Amino acid sequence: MKILVCISKVPDTTSKIAFTDNNTKFSEDGVTYIMNPTDEWYALVRGVELKEAHGGSVTVVCVGDSSNDQIIRKSLAIGADDAVRIDAQPDDSYFVAAQIANYAKEQGFDVIITGKETINYNGSVVGGMLAELLDLPYVALVTKMDIAGNEATIEREIEGGKEILSVPTPFVISANKGLAEQRIPNMRGIMAARKKPLNVIPADAGISANTSVVSYSAPPARTACKYVDADNVDELIRLLHEEAKAI
Amino acid sequence: MAVIAYIELSGNKVKKASLETASYAAATAQKLGTEAIGLALGSADASELEALGKYGLSKVVHVNNAQLDNLDSRVQSKVVADQMNALGGKVLVFSHNYTGKALAPRLSARLNAGLVAGAVALPETDGGFVVEKTAFSGKGLAKVSINSDLKVISIGPNSFGVKEVGGSAAVETADAAVEASSVTVKETVKLSDKIPLSEAELVVSAGRGLRGPENWGMVEEMADILGAATACSRAVSDVDWRPHHEHVGQTGLAISPNLYIAIAISGAIQHLAGVSSSKTIVVVNKDPEAPFFKSADYGIVGDAFDVVPKMNAALKKLKG
Repeated sequence: MKILVCISKVPDTTSKIAFTDNNTKFSEDGVTYIMNPTDEWYALVRGVELKEAHGGSVTVVCVGDSSNDQIIRKSLAIGADDAVRIDAQPDDSYFVAAQIANYAKEQGFDVIITGKETINYNGSVVGGMLAELLDLPYVALVTKMDIAGNEATIEREIEGGKEILSVPTPFVISANKGLAEQRIPNMRGIMAARKKPLNVIPADAGISANTSVVSYSAPPARTACKYVDADNVDELIRLLHEEAKAI
Repeated sequence: MAVIAYIELSGNKVKKASLETASYAAATAQKLGTEAIGLALGSADASELEALGKYGLSKVVHVNNAQLDNLDSRVQSKVVADQMNALGGKVLVFSHNYTGKALAPRLSARLNAGLVAGAVALPETDGGFVVEKTAFSGKGLAKVSINSDLKVISIGPNSFGVKEVGGSAAVETADAAVEASSVTVKETVKLSDKIPLSEAELVVSAGRGLRGPENWGMVEEMADILGAATACSRAVSDVDWRPHHEHVGQTGLAISPNLYIAIAISGAIQHLAGVSSSKTIVVVNKDPEAPFFKSADYGIVGDAFDVVPKMNAALKKLKG
């Protein structure tokens, strides 16, 4: 089974979010980058588990410059077999998806997995775009996936419930919490990762982004918290009803 | 030219999320000086579709084909794209919910239409087409320009609201070539009769401070009195006190209800990221230094086991 896992680099979850250049750029001051959590914890680990159970290989793909190599090495340490970095600035989701599709179309992957969304742009879109560009089925927000032969049994969240689906390979899914458990790379994995292939390939120059960020801003600040005494809970309920009109 | 609203159906009815999608599409169409048309795929009651006129849609195109009742995004994408072309759609609007997340990116790629996912405001159309969206998991906002001729927008649930303007929509049925689906639905499980968290306007949430899953009775009671959904912090879902789908925060679900009541949750930055766009936030915590108070509108410093039952009693009185 050939598995492709798409990863991207995001600011650490505890990063202070600030903007620079007249609010047109994300300020990288003091920011550490990590592998996007759902890419790492769920998409990658489930890919590696499937390989361990059924044989085959896990390839990791990332669109970006060499500053991504650190997270790519980490993915190899967790258990991916090889990695491809498409050497380009990831201008927008469409650009990223189209570059990955361009690479993946001749590779014959059976399963393509993305994280459910990145924690910086929160689009939840690359997997769906990739599936469309490759004309494959796409199941978003998957919480369980098992494969027997050429058929996968997939559980996905829907409004107020879940659905259990049967989908033939090849297909694309986005990985949600529940699909796998985070793995910490061990020393042997880290050593092995150094020797695994990381192939840098050029981007397709014919692909361009169709959106661009104009400006950023901080979310509107809240006014100071209004405290109510624990012995005067009725007053809180009155405020919620009459002042906030929330209930 | 038209703005197309993707209307979600479930059991022949229009889903609540689509009333907001329709309202947003209608307001966008008004800005662009054109009409807003609903597009509904699958089985639906005609009266449900006509009623969408109340939210500003001039007509609803209904592809009445039961093969489309299940969401196979690959099959639906082709049908939606064909209708976009047939109707001269310029802007296609989804809700940024489970369905929208499966479909909007496919349509964006298929139509080569730039996508803004998780929009929080109407497009700015003076000299361009710029849509504001949440970014950095609620810790920032980004204004994104869509530079292609066709545009796709998915709107963050509850970020625009349902706006009734009156009127009734003409319903037209349309035929469509529907491919056979390779995706089979084996089972649909409704987790409870409660309100789905992603659609809820009121949310009651609790954290590790409640000490164990056996103590959630008072949280569920509050949710029942209010008609709210229940949620929890990551720590709670990680130890399986509550199901994963209740986890809100940076790596869980991001929500923006009208009211978010946080009980015994300290308010780590990752949790705040998923809930900070809630309209009103109430925090109950016995630690006066809990960071969540800085992001709250109303706070009670007190023990949840004392405060929550009192709140429930007061809420019952209010609700009569």
